[in-house]
Amino acid sequence: MDIMQVIGLALVAVIISVFLKETNSHTNALLVSVVVGVIIFIALLDDVAYILKSLEDLAVKAKVNQIYLSTILKIVGLAYIAEFGSQISRDAGETAIAGRIEFAAKILILVLAVPIMSAVFETIIRLLP
Amino acid sequence: MFNLSEAGIIFKIASIAIIISVFFTFLKQAGRDEYAYMIVLAGLAVVLTMTIPYILELFQAVERVFSMY
Repeated sequence: MDIMQVIGLALVAVIISVFLKETNSHTNALLVSVVVGVIIFIALLDDVAYILKSLEDLAVKAKVNQIYLSTILKIVGLAYIAEFGSQISRDAGETAIAGRIEFAAKILILVLAVPIMSAVFETIIRLLP
Repeated sequence: MFNLSEAGIIFKIASIAIIISVFFTFLKQAGRDEYAYMIVLAGLAVVLTMTIPYILELFQAVERVFSMY
């Protein structure tokens, strides 16, 4: 199973990271955790692509407008990558920078969502007499 | 799922950090504090240059999968 490989890699990285913290090289311990996070993320992206492809097929079958789906996919990707960055910053003890990353992600998600929201409002206004 | 060369970078970072910390203690005991801090800085730079391509690859992969350009 793939989950065993993920957990094994993560446990090895945790042990190495704790050991590096013990030898007073905190920055390298942080970089080990960054690299492990990146490797696990990249390894899982193929599965994410498979899920997204099946979602797109469903959307084509349901005749959903392609713009809405691509916007939602962009938002999901932005949220994933922002979560990654903010968790690494929080691991390093920089809660303020993590909060700024989340703030930036929220603003950018809102910017991406504005066309969909305006479309919804236009539909509502057209329905109202 | 993973190929072994990807996981190997963790051990590379760990070995570099151990060697650097040994050098750091040695130089500090010998009274060369400025060299000790410089070698810590050099080790950090080496590990950072090893890490950055992975982060770049992650960003490009996420942009490709979620088609966010």
